[in-house]
Amino acid sequence: MLDSYIWIILGMAAVTYIPRMLPLVAFQTESIPPILRGVLKNVPYAILGALIFPGIVTFNGELWMGIVGALTAFIAAYFGASLIVIVISSIGVLSICSLLFA
Amino acid sequence: MNVAVTRRISSSLFRSGLQKGSSIAIGYMPVAFTFGLLAKSSGLSLFEAVGMSIFVFAGAAQYISLTLFAAGISGFEIILTTFIVNIRHLLMSASICEKSADDPKWKKALYSFFITDETFSVSAVQRGNVQAAFMLGVGLIAWSSWVVFSGIGYLVGSGLPTILQESMGIALYALFIGLLVPSARKSFKVILLASIAAVVNSILTFNTPLSTGWTIILSTLFAAVLIELVWKGEKTDA
Repeated sequence: MLDSYIWIILGMAAVTYIPRMLPLVAFQTESIPPILRGVLKNVPYAILGALIFPGIVTFNGELWMGIVGALTAFIAAYFGASLIVIVISSIGVLSICSLLFA
Repeated sequence: MNVAVTRRISSSLFRSGLQKGSSIAIGYMPVAFTFGLLAKSSGLSLFEAVGMSIFVFAGAAQYISLTLFAAGISGFEIILTTFIVNIRHLLMSASICEKSADDPKWKKALYSFFITDETFSVSAVQRGNVQAAFMLGVGLIAWSSWVVFSGIGYLVGSGLPTILQESMGIALYALFIGLLVPSARKSFKVILLASIAAVVNSILTFNTPLSTGWTIILSTLFAAVLIELVWKGEKTDA
């Protein structure tokens, strides 16, 4: 008999997969009403705001770390850097600041 | 279109997905590493920790489950909590659906497994339709990093220097900012959507006992619906 942890993990996998799969497979893209399509088009940009705030201001429990990291990412992104450059420069600048000031 | 041409297009989409997904892969490293480390201290076996990363592939829910496993909470409650934390994927799946190319259902069912906050955001801000080959590229590289670094974290333990570990935690926020800024530069509507959701999510987080999963769903829906109802300006692309 399998360990009960394994059954719990498989249960977690099932309840995680179903919400990911259902709308994508069940909806017919063309039959979504226009107002709902509009809302769904808005979702990615709204969710990015919610994923960034308030998480970033409580990052590691240190306000300055969140600000330094966010500012670096913002500047890199503003000047058109690629995602990977944005991510790496943000980690780099934050590591240097931590070494120097923390 | 003949089969050879279709194949070539798919493989270039897949490679472009791998490329776009590589920044997620970097962002996942410290998070997965820490998960592996905590899983060990919560009493899971290597097999269980890596298995959870392979089959569940959801950061926040996996972290929360460790706390529950360690506290000896019942399996039913752990599964229910996981469901609640991950129900926000419904919204992302529906949003991808709105933008998805006409791929066969089995392909959609396959790539939907890889929907996370990060893979969703990367694909949803791309121009044009979301293609299966592209989503699979983004998903596979992100998932591989998640699985591999969960295992490394479990085995290596706290081997990484603390400063690097702490600084790497910024990676996912940097990713989100990197995804938002190019669209925000071009559209005031994007700025409004993100700002409203950010403010509402902050209010909900600090003033209600709602879990993160719910505050994200509510604030995202609030902003997306409100702007859809009141916005009279640009109609195209967000």
